[in-house]
Amino acid sequence: MNPETPKKGTDGGDELPGSDGHPMDRILRMDRMPHIWCPGCGLGTTVSCFALAVNECGIDYDKLCVVSGIGCTGRAAGYLRLDGYHTTHGRAIPFATGLHLANPDLKVVVISGDGDLSAIGGNHLIHAARRNLNLVVICVNNFIYGMTGGQVAPTTPEGMKATTSPFGCLEHPFNLPYLASSSGATLVARWTTLDVRQMVNTFKKAFMKKGFSFIEVISPCPELYMRRNKLGDGLAMMKRFQSDRLVKHGADPKEADLGATGKILVGEFVNLDRSTYADAYFRMVSQLAEAKSVRKEEAKPGGKSPAQAGAKAPEAVGEPKAKPRPAEGDREGRGPEKKAAGTPAVATSPP
Amino acid sequence: MVSAGWVERIKESSSEAKVLPGILRPGAYFFNGDEAAAEGAIAANGRFFAAYPITPATEIAERCAARFPECGGMFIQMEDELAAMNCILGAAWAGAKALTSTSGPGFSLMMENLGLGIMLETPVVLANVQRAGPSTGLPTSVGQQDMMQARWGSHGDYEIIALCPDSPQECFDLMIRAFNLSEQFRTPVLLMSDETIGHMTEKVIIPPAEEIELVPRRYTRAAPGDYWPYVPDEDLVPPMARAGTGYRYHVTGLTHDHRGYPDLDAEGQHQLLWRLKNKILQNQKKILSFEMARMDDAEVCLLAYGCSSRVARSVMELARERGIRAGLLRLITVWPFPDDLVRDVAGRVKAIIVPEINLGQIVREVERAARGRTKVVSVPHAGGGLHTEPAVLQVIEEALR
Ligand SMILES: Cc1ncc(C[n+]2csc(CCOP(=O)(O)OP(=O)(O)O)c2C)c(N)n1
Ligand code: SF4
Repeated sequence: MNPETPKKGTDGGDELPGSDGHPMDRILRMDRMPHIWCPGCGLGTTVSCFALAVNECGIDYDKLCVVSGIGCTGRAAGYLRLDGYHTTHGRAIPFATGLHLANPDLKVVVISGDGDLSAIGGNHLIHAARRNLNLVVICVNNFIYGMTGGQVAPTTPEGMKATTSPFGCLEHPFNLPYLASSSGATLVARWTTLDVRQMVNTFKKAFMKKGFSFIEVISPCPELYMRRNKLGDGLAMMKRFQSDRLVKHGADPKEADLGATGKILVGEFVNLDRSTYADAYFRMVSQLAEAKSVRKEEAKPGGKSPAQAGAKAPEAVGEPKAKPRPAEGDREGRGPEKKAAGTPAVATSPP
Repeated sequence: MVSAGWVERIKESSSEAKVLPGILRPGAYFFNGDEAAAEGAIAANGRFFAAYPITPATEIAERCAARFPECGGMFIQMEDELAAMNCILGAAWAGAKALTSTSGPGFSLMMENLGLGIMLETPVVLANVQRAGPSTGLPTSVGQQDMMQARWGSHGDYEIIALCPDSPQECFDLMIRAFNLSEQFRTPVLLMSDETIGHMTEKVIIPPAEEIELVPRRYTRAAPGDYWPYVPDEDLVPPMARAGTGYRYHVTGLTHDHRGYPDLDAEGQHQLLWRLKNKILQNQKKILSFEMARMDDAEVCLLAYGCSSRVARSVMELARERGIRAGLLRLITVWPFPDDLVRDVAGRVKAIIVPEINLGQIVREVERAARGRTKVVSVPHAGGGLHTEPAVLQVIEEALR
């Protein structure tokens, strides 16, 4: 689709609801503005980068779906003028899996928080990466549970305070790029919300990639994480990004550990190709279809009975023994069957 | 692209009123209830299956794993039941007719996102082959202990549709009906089977495809610019739009308005909750199904569902032999509960006897519906086996004394 053609809004009018003609309005739901995010929060930047990437790469808006879990980040799906699904906490990836596998022509993007994706939804993340599902996962890591008021997260650096770790976090945080890559993700990157251009480029790459892409976006949460830990405002975090981040494409994700201070390794760490679940499934389907046509040949007069044709063949009863039954592969072809007696086909409601 | 024809087939799976290629040839087969349920799903154009293995529902997954690839369907074994439930919701939005299957522990894990399915108004089917609990309980033995969980298991307030098969044949038939109801009312539907039915092998008739009626998905006819996802039709059910077709809608598990946008106050909640409830209750007549046997002259009614109704039926015959005019009311639709029907029966008999393989769940509904018009007697069973006929007969005799 030509990104220059403004799409009609979903409000019933020709004008996009809430739009003042800004080019970004084609992809943002301006009728949902103002958004709920705090001043200085990195979520606005992330969503802007997402919108820019969509506009720039010329992907068909209509084939792009966005799925979010629950959290501040989870609200992203609600601000994008795409087929958008705001699901439950932690379950964006399996929901996206269903969308993708039922229609592999869609590009399905998950945008959610670090808690959503790596705590309650951590199991889905590693399995989606392992299966190499053709999905893009954008994980906004703000080191805390934002939506619920600043509780400790699996990404909170050791020693940092949260409402549920008032004396400092006792746990070692996840290195999310390492988790994703060791689980099998085929594109793994990390950027901070300062790296706007780079983030846009990686998003574009991920939209075009066939395979599981995991992009971590390090983002300031001035309202909760930073205030409680006396780290200043959103700008202070941006300054830290500027001084501490180290761009290293192709770096071993193992080295991407994050602390409360110290270097922040960013870049595109992994980009490789591997068969996706859908590819493997379709390969299997075509192999089965081939085998089936071979069996069909064999099943011509004097061919094998279902019982011989395969272990899964159901035992048909009530058919005359003498009549040669078509092979299992013939299920789709409906021969001149005698009408089945007895039970009605479909259960019906009483009057 | 390898997936080219595939996407078309999935799309057809929800918009077709006729049965797609893949259904078994018509005739008589020997199937257990689980296999029959899987075949029913294929006959209903079910073309997306996601689940996590669990006894006694595993045979549904195994049969779908073997059959879906050759029917133009997608199969995936997910990492857990939370994933399975969400996966079928996503698949349904992409245009597939989707189902999952599980048993007690997995049913518990599916509850939160069954609620998401209800909130997003997503047509899917969930088959629960019940075993005895709580917890891991008796993994390989029968129970009917999830009947109240089926009704109330997800948080919040809602209506649900649940059907109980009493034979492998009915697993096939009711799976088709479950899909039809889910499409008609845009809601998840539960097929509440049990271990006895799931593992019982009987003759199953697969009818000719043209004799099977399917309800296609209610897709909107509105143009993309004129569509909002939750503007209901007259029967309170809103038409749907498939992902990737240009509608670019937003849906959320938050309380929402007709646009699908969050509407987070008491008024928004009131509007949405009552519509979700009433779209089931106002259409209850189309959803109810039951069977009555020898109720015309009955002085006592055995009310049962699922495997317990098979015992109840022979108890009825036994009682008749002893001169007791017993009849059977077998509930096929258990939720929404047939209040009027049970109230009517209660006015005609001296007692309603409710054998079920739990410590008394549906009997509460019977008591509520009967409103004191007759004696309602629970025949509980802790699970792991069926009621014995003499035991139920004794309860009848005592109730009539
Ligand atoms: C099952 C469930 N458990 C808990 C919650 C409460 N909850 C909502 S969002 C959230 C954490 C959000 O943190 P994160 O995913 O990091 O996103 P952020 O808000 O920081 O963007 C929690 C615990 C919920 N909605 N559902
Ligand atoms: S609480 Fe934190 S993450 Fe949430 S919107 Fe505010 S700044 Fe952003």
